[in-house]
Amino acid sequence: MTQQATGHRDFEALEQAFRETLIATGVLTDADVSECAELMYSRTPALGARVVARAWFDPAFKARLLADGRAAVRELGIEVGSLKLVVVADEEKVHNLIVCTLCSCYPRMLLGIPPDWYKSIAYRSRAVREPRSVLAEFGLTLPDDVAVRVHDSTADMRYLVLPLRPAGTDELDEAACAALVSRDAMIGVALPRAPG
Amino acid sequence: MSPRFAPGDRVRVAERDVAGHVRTPRYIRGKRGVIERVCGAFRNPEQLAYGKWDGPAIPLYRVRFALGDVWPGYGATRDAGDTLGTLDILDMLDVELYEHWLEAEPA
Repeated sequence: MTQQATGHRDFEALEQAFRETLIATGVLTDADVSECAELMYSRTPALGARVVARAWFDPAFKARLLADGRAAVRELGIEVGSLKLVVVADEEKVHNLIVCTLCSCYPRMLLGIPPDWYKSIAYRSRAVREPRSVLAEFGLTLPDDVAVRVHDSTADMRYLVLPLRPAGTDELDEAACAALVSRDAMIGVALPRAPG
Repeated sequence: MSPRFAPGDRVRVAERDVAGHVRTPRYIRGKRGVIERVCGAFRNPEQLAYGKWDGPAIPLYRVRFALGDVWPGYGATRDAGDTLGTLDILDMLDVELYEHWLEAEPA
């Protein structure tokens, strides 16, 4: 699902001109831009996976996470700035999926840079229209009795899926469980890996 | 600005043809749903995008829709082209919408 090749060069030129103007007029410095880019690249899905595993091990934390995502992840030492984090929990009969149909809103502070497919027109338009077909193309065929709940990230909230803990993980510790949680599982296009 | 709607309230998304930086996707305009939660108050991106920073914060909601109500035919076949057939569980869609896009719908 890749497209949008045309037009990228225009946006790159626009970004460069805008950035250089901000620096030339003293609004930002080169160092500010580098620092911000470094912060973004330091964010990886491992942060989100830590949050998920903690919620699997600590029901009280899970309750706080669902009530106020930003406050709960701060307990783990994860600062997400002004991000309004909504964590949506999968249930035995409910599967959650995240999309931003208008642009590419994404919980970058917990998952890092979004994958290209997340920003593609195909994913953005189809996830709200035929989510089961989209999931099947990702290799996730949902049973008939599991409902899909799609979340369109249209405004100020950012979303993270809390998937179900896979079977066969009773013997694993929290860190080992976190290692099973992929970026895609926290967007909702995959399930956590099975252990072993 | 205190929120006009509460969780469980039935609403309809206004069917307005507005251009520019609007955070209400076209596909959801005119559709009926239920308030899932009140998200708080935020300044209106339709003004922020054009440099108007002094506008009031307005209530933002998550509104839940049945996908079958959003896409005609969805409920019968789930997705065009698949073979799942008629199913009795509902696939849902939650969308963030600002209050000025919502109209009260009789229960």
